[in-house]
Amino acid sequence: MGIQRGHRARPLEWLAEKFIFLVSLSAILMVFLIFLFVAREALPIFFGKTDTALVQKVIPPDEMDTLSPAQLQQYLELTPEQFASMDKETLKSLMEVKQEQLDEIPANFRNDPDARVNTTEWRYLLLPHKWSGYDKPEYIWQPVGQIQKYNIIPLFVGTLKITLIGLFFAVPLAVGAAIYVSQLARPHVREIVKPTIELLSGIPSVVVGFFALLVMATFLQKIFGYQTRLNAFVAGIALGFAVIPVIFSIAEDALTSVPRAYTQAALALGASRWQTAWQIVLPAALPGVFAATVLGFGRAIGETMIVLMVCSASVMSWSIFDSARSITTTIAAEMAEAVSGGPHYRILFMLGALLFAATFVSNMIGEVVINRLKLKLEGRR
Amino acid sequence: MNTITPPEYLPEKPSAQGRHFRAEKFDFWSFCFSGLTGLATLFILGILAVILLNILINGWRGLSWHFISTIPKKDFFDVNTTGVLPMIVGTTIRVFVMTIFVLPVGVITAIYLTEYAPNTSIVTRVIRAAVNNLAGVPSIVFGLFGLGFFINFVGKNLDTLFHNPGAVWGQPALIWAALTLAVMTLPVVIVATEESLKAIPPGLREASLALGATKLETILKVVLPQALPGIMTGGILAVSRAAGEVAPILFTGVAYYMASLPTHLTDQFMDLGYQIFVLSTQSPNIDQTRPILYATVLVLLILTFALNIVAIFIRARVRKKLRALG
Amino acid sequence: MAETIMPKVNLPEAKMNSSASGVPLIEIEQLSLFYGASKALKDISLNLDEKIVTAFIGPSGCGKSTLLRCLNRMNDLIDNVRIEGSVKIGGHDIYDAAVDVIELRKRVGMVFQKSNPFPKSIYENVAYGLRLHGKQNKTELGGLIEQSLRGAALWDEVKDRLHSSALGLSGGQQQRLCIARAIAIKPEIILMDEPASALDPIATARVEELILELKKDYTIVIVTHNMQQAARISDQTAFFYLGELVEFGATGKIFTNPAKKQTEDYVTGRFG
Repeated sequence: MGIQRGHRARPLEWLAEKFIFLVSLSAILMVFLIFLFVAREALPIFFGKTDTALVQKVIPPDEMDTLSPAQLQQYLELTPEQFASMDKETLKSLMEVKQEQLDEIPANFRNDPDARVNTTEWRYLLLPHKWSGYDKPEYIWQPVGQIQKYNIIPLFVGTLKITLIGLFFAVPLAVGAAIYVSQLARPHVREIVKPTIELLSGIPSVVVGFFALLVMATFLQKIFGYQTRLNAFVAGIALGFAVIPVIFSIAEDALTSVPRAYTQAALALGASRWQTAWQIVLPAALPGVFAATVLGFGRAIGETMIVLMVCSASVMSWSIFDSARSITTTIAAEMAEAVSGGPHYRILFMLGALLFAATFVSNMIGEVVINRLKLKLEGRR
Repeated sequence: MNTITPPEYLPEKPSAQGRHFRAEKFDFWSFCFSGLTGLATLFILGILAVILLNILINGWRGLSWHFISTIPKKDFFDVNTTGVLPMIVGTTIRVFVMTIFVLPVGVITAIYLTEYAPNTSIVTRVIRAAVNNLAGVPSIVFGLFGLGFFINFVGKNLDTLFHNPGAVWGQPALIWAALTLAVMTLPVVIVATEESLKAIPPGLREASLALGATKLETILKVVLPQALPGIMTGGILAVSRAAGEVAPILFTGVAYYMASLPTHLTDQFMDLGYQIFVLSTQSPNIDQTRPILYATVLVLLILTFALNIVAIFIRARVRKKLRALG
Repeated sequence: MAETIMPKVNLPEAKMNSSASGVPLIEIEQLSLFYGASKALKDISLNLDEKIVTAFIGPSGCGKSTLLRCLNRMNDLIDNVRIEGSVKIGGHDIYDAAVDVIELRKRVGMVFQKSNPFPKSIYENVAYGLRLHGKQNKTELGGLIEQSLRGAALWDEVKDRLHSSALGLSGGQQQRLCIARAIAIKPEIILMDEPASALDPIATARVEELILELKKDYTIVIVTHNMQQAARISDQTAFFYLGELVEFGATGKIFTNPAKKQTEDYVTGRFG
């Protein structure tokens, strides 16, 4: 005989429990939906179904019936909903409009080899291309204009530049402060300093960006004397401000959770506080500190407003003193101008999907490490 | 009074050095590195202070009752007619609507995770992983989600359902911005609620169950009332975070200028953060506009920062109370 | 807690005869309990009479608390627990599928080792159980609460501050409050899991007095690792070791003339 749960006696209770369970699944649902609906708008790009080539073979309206519905839809650049809602007459007149459009392209432009290129093909998204008017192959992101250039490499470079600057600035500071607060300072200092640094994360990123734009940019330019006032360097440092509290908080937790026994053993052997911290505690807490950095990285990559306010131009350059565009700021700045359903729009969504995937992965890594840390704290220790 | 004579092997007088020992040998490197890390800490605190002070000092003069309560004309920089009322209203309303959605879902999820979920189940682990992932999603991706799901999918379908002639639901609106923010701040509420539920000693639950209460009754009558301050903290933190975020509302409902205050869920709205962003990057004469900008920033800072401090304060008090419970 | 080796126990109040009323209320038959794969209780068979105090004694980890918790199905709350055998209260098997656990726990109350009053007022603590079971009327509640607090010998000490927080009471008072809370809903059986182990000697004495009073109206089963306590207040005693019931009988007999050597070794302090 086993233990029966006897829920027949209390149906309301059982119902409530099922309801609570269903609501809790919403978190999973949300993650799933986010990925689904962001990727959904970008799918045509992934499958190569968009075509931005300006010069296309003109298909006379009379030959409309020789095309399959899918081909016709693509030729007329319609979304599936729009296509479905139109009747044959409308479609025919659209074809006539298209023919006029194609005829209107000036002759010299028609001879431009770029005009025949489908700039949304993966080749152009990732590899450098020698566009007309340029001397050598370049990576160019310039969605505005007749020939839209969608190379995403400058955006990746920009993101990387700014993020790395931010991390180089933030990690030593945050980890250093974490070591100080957790190992070297007196205990009551921790009670005051830790929440105060966490207050830094309570400042909205718009405000940090504002501060960087109005105060820091000029200040840093005076110190370092570079050309462009608003550049990746300034953006990186401002980004660092926003990331420091995240890294500090987790690194400090990791350092504090190292068992007292280690510290006391080292001190009893005559090590100084610093030696103990550097040689015993930090190595023991390394997984946690590493996780803190990974999470800080994820946060830095995802930050939009700070970089948006400081940097504006998309310049493909490895110099940190040039302006740069990151993936997030590009999406934020250009979505308003992108035609809904058009290739620009879809590429922006694609960038969003890639960003989501990247932070998803970095989150999983950070989390696995933190979980192990928690188990050490609670159980297995 | 008898005195006890010390045995012979002890010195008769205490040593002149007394009982003061140096804690450790003076080590140059030790001092150096301690100093460096201490400096790092000071530097970080310094940054915080500089930012806050800079904004406080520069924005203080522009702050006035008139400023807070006026709807500005189209030229935001006319000192006499400018005001931030619609931005404050916009920020407040969207955060309020968000709270209506995020608190119930977040609290219920936290209750499931703490009180009902079997620890070894895969579903539990997936839910937790999902919550952690939500916490790490970049805010601009939430904006895209709001656009791609709420506006283009839910909104458009609602329009079709109601046979609306134009786009009523299928365009940027207050409701969609609020819902997007709700998804974004869900992890904050869940984590804060879970923390407060876990802090309640299991003995209380046992006592209630032993008296013949059902699990649900125990949660509703004993556990939740105890957890209320923690839940409030979570709500306040979520509100503070959402009030300061601009990226998620960029495509989901914010506008640079609206002639009147938002009244329907389908209206667009103005926002403090967005205003700051637009004006900082696009205003022509920065010296002229500086004081007004600073005042706007100060208003936003007071709103979000003050909320943060309140939340931390409540949390500290709750921790003290729970320690007394043992 | 190390017990020193003592000569055979001399009990001033030793009950040499069983004062059992002879009517078994709780019938435990071949009860085994498994935590996952490990067997924590091994084929326990035991009949507990009504309106007396039965003590479960034995060294730590012998399963006495686990057995106690079987009687009001508190073990249901633990994942991975499995039961074989039967527990009948008043003739009905409490592990039957048709049994409503909530009703069971109204009839079988429990007092815990660490007192756990709710962080509410004294009044609210006692009212909680009453409200659960349908009593809403304020006058009725007031009367029942006073009755319970008197029954727990706490009324005189708290009657002036019924609405102050229960956490302001001393440890002993809190435990008596928990007893008041338990008896407020008028259970037939009260289970006590080491109720005085966290209390000082004076508070312990008062709780023990209380138990002797309570047994006039309630059947009490008490788990204790304090043998003198068992000797003082119980009528029948069951001795457990490593999940098995070693010996069960009148308290006087167990402590002065036990049948098994293992029992004798335990009560004289040779191990424990």
